[in-house]
Amino acid sequence: MEHPMEEQLIAFRDGEQKGRESVSAHLESCTECRAALEKIEAVFAAMDAMPVPDPGENYGQRVWAQISSRLPERQPSWWEAFFAPRRLAAVGAFATIVLAAFLAGRYWPHKPGPTQGDNIDTEKVRERILVVAVGDHLSKSEMFLVELSNAEPNSPHGKLVNISAQQHRAEDLLEENRLYRQTALQEGDQVMASTLDELERVLLDVANSPEQVTPARFESMQQRLASQGILFKVRVIQQGLRDRANPAKPQPAPKTQQQNISKKASQEGHRA
Amino acid sequence: MSQMTSSVESGPGNPVPDAVAVERTLAGDRDAYRVLVERHSLNVYRLAYRMAGNSHDAEEIVQEAFLRGYQKLRQFAGQANFGTWVYRIAANYAIDRIRQRKVEDARRELPTRESEDGQEVDPLAQIKDAAPSPERLAGSSQLALRMQQALNELTPAERTAIVMRHWDGCGIEEIAAVLKSSTTAAKNTVFRAVQKLRVALEPFAEGRQTARAMGME
Repeated sequence: MEHPMEEQLIAFRDGEQKGRESVSAHLESCTECRAALEKIEAVFAAMDAMPVPDPGENYGQRVWAQISSRLPERQPSWWEAFFAPRRLAAVGAFATIVLAAFLAGRYWPHKPGPTQGDNIDTEKVRERILVVAVGDHLSKSEMFLVELSNAEPNSPHGKLVNISAQQHRAEDLLEENRLYRQTALQEGDQVMASTLDELERVLLDVANSPEQVTPARFESMQQRLASQGILFKVRVIQQGLRDRANPAKPQPAPKTQQQNISKKASQEGHRA
Repeated sequence: MSQMTSSVESGPGNPVPDAVAVERTLAGDRDAYRVLVERHSLNVYRLAYRMAGNSHDAEEIVQEAFLRGYQKLRQFAGQANFGTWVYRIAANYAIDRIRQRKVEDARRELPTRESEDGQEVDPLAQIKDAAPSPERLAGSSQLALRMQQALNELTPAERTAIVMRHWDGCGIEEIAAVLKSSTTAAKNTVFRAVQKLRVALEPFAEGRQTARAMGME
């Protein structure tokens, strides 16, 4: 074998497997290459000998002290602070209900099985509770979307628009939305999951925006809302839930429903 | 990056996994981020120090990495270990900072020159001739000093590559991700870094060999 290139020796030192045996065999018989490898080894040894000063035992705490005041801070009003724990408790309660229903193996009544008696009654009750919970979430989301769509950029001097209130509401809705979207996905309810997914993107978009945006950016957010037709889709899903709560009314097949929603939402977006 | 644990004690008998701390932070609990900062600061500091070569810049890199991590936390979304993620943010920021520092130093001290092949020549590399002789480099502290000098002479990408590869044991793919290059290019960057360091330390290595031959070590 010819003398290996320096790159090959570095790769050899680095544990490279390709061509390892031939380089190794060559090194056994070549003093010159062994000396070259020794020089490379000396570089790594010198690096190992380089000390990194100890920044102190409580370094992590020090870093926190230095950056904590520079992190973007939420300034909750007194009523927000008052209601925050309750809101969290409500989300927890919803989660428990959803989990209980999930464990029972049923969520939405796509394929009602031949169960009997008490089982049917229990499932109906669970189902009703879930429909109410999801319906409540969609209702709050609808209000949020309506307000956001109709809000005027109230900037007196045409400067920045403060959307911190909308952000806080979007953050609140996000928690519930994630929960319901995941459950709908696991249950195979594609229409519900898809709409909640779109809703989540809108909520994330608002939650991740700066607290103050330019009027142009605010209008662009509103235009995106309109073009996606998300408000219409939320309303259709709400109607679907009402229909499910009242089985006397016929409901369209899932695929047709999805197609109709997309079509109508698109028309709605164009009108907006 | 063996020290990047995803779950350690945040207090006596009270383990808070990274994923939980991230979720809580995203849910608005700003204090949950403290767990992540306190847990990963030291590891990020080691990287930052080796990249920057001094404590002052290293501390600034650490702070900036965690500030950026907080701002981008929604993008993290559990895609990797939080420690690895913030380490990458720090590495990227350190590269930018070193580049910026080199430009500032070049403006302040020496005019930027171009070599025959048109590549920019780092002004710091011009001080090679003033490097200490092998005799002066006999002590380990001087070796560390020379190594630091040699590291400063590397390009930001080379320095990042060698720090990540040698000290933190990162894979070539990970280095390529930080350098925003192909794995082949990342591998070549590591090679180039080792070659340059080898050349820079040559006088010292020869001095050591001579000393060994003379029975002085």
